Amino acid sequence: MSIMNVNPTRMELKRLQARLKTASRGYKLLKDKTDEMIRKFIILARENKSLRKQVEEQLAAALQSFALARTFSDSRTIDEAVMMPSRAVSLQCGKHSVMGISVPSIEIAESKGEVYPYGFLTVPEQLDNSVNRLNDVFAQMVHLAEVEKTCNMLADEIEKNKRRVNALENIMIPQLQETIKYIKMKLDENERSSTVRLMKVKDMLAQK
Amino acid sequence: MYNKVGVIGDKDSVTALKVVGAEIFNADTAEEARELVKRLTREKFAVVFITEQLAVQIADTLQKAKSQPFPAIVPIPVSSNSNGFGMDGIKKDVEKALGTDILFNKEDK
Repeated sequence: MSIMNVNPTRMELKRLQARLKTASRGYKLLKDKTDEMIRKFIILARENKSLRKQVEEQLAAALQSFALARTFSDSRTIDEAVMMPSRAVSLQCGKHSVMGISVPSIEIAESKGEVYPYGFLTVPEQLDNSVNRLNDVFAQMVHLAEVEKTCNMLADEIEKNKRRVNALENIMIPQLQETIKYIKMKLDENERSSTVRLMKVKDMLAQK
Repeated sequence: MYNKVGVIGDKDSVTALKVVGAEIFNADTAEEARELVKRLTREKFAVVFITEQLAVQIADTLQKAKSQPFPAIVPIPVSSNSNGFGMDGIKKDVEKALGTDILFNKEDK
C-alpha cells in the first residue's frame, strides 16, 4: 500500500492518528448499517417475489376473462362499456425512511363510484367477472409497486454503501496505518541520529 | 402531489384496466412508450404500470427511473405467459445488493 505524501512531523502524525480513529469508527458504523440493510432487503425481496407471483397470476386470470368477454360479444361493445370509467382512483403517497433512505409509501386513498361502468343489458357476464377480479387485484398491484420500489432503492443504497465500506477497509485505513508507521519510524530515526551526533560531538570535545 | 395511476401498453391489453380507474396510455412502439414514461414522470404519476413486452424494449429508460422515489414503474404481464421481465427485475436487485442470487436459484431449479 502506498504512503501518503506528507511531511514526517509530529503534528502530521497527530493529525493522521485522529483521521485513522475517525475512519475506523466510520467503517464500523457503515458496516453495521450495511448488515442491517441487507437483512431488511432480504425480507422485502422475499415479499416482493411472492407478491409479484400472486399479482401476475391473478392479473392474468382477470385479463383472460376480459378477453373471454370480448369473444362473447363484439369488441366494440366491450370497448364502449369500459370507455368511460365511473371510478377514479386516487392514491395517498408519502415518504418514509428505511435506514435513512426515503422510500415512497403508496396507498389507495379512495376509489369511489360504481364498480360497473356499464349497463348490464348489452355486455356478457364474463365482463362483470373480469371487472371484479381486476378490482381485487388492483389493490395488490399498488402494494406491489410500493414494495418493488423500496427494493430497488434499497438495493441501490446497499451497493453504494458497500463501495464506501470497501474503500475504507481496503484503501483508506491501510494507507493511514502505513503512513503513521512511516512517520513514526522517520521520527525515531531522526531522534537516533541526533543522539549519535551529540555523542560524537561530546567525544570530539573530550579529545581536545 | 403524486396521486395518479397510469398504465402504458398496447390498446388490446390495457383497456381492461380502465375500469379500476387508472389512466390508460396507448403505446405500440418502444419510442412511444419511452416518451410516455418521460411524460408521466413529469406529470407526477405515483405508479406507472407498463406491459412487460414494452418494458423489455425500454429497459434502459426504466433503469434510470429506478433510483428516484416516484414514479414507481412496475412491469406487468398482460397475457397468461409472462416473459419474466418483472421477476428478472427482482433477481437483478438481489444480485446487485448481495452480489449473488440467494433467493431464487434454490426454488426455481
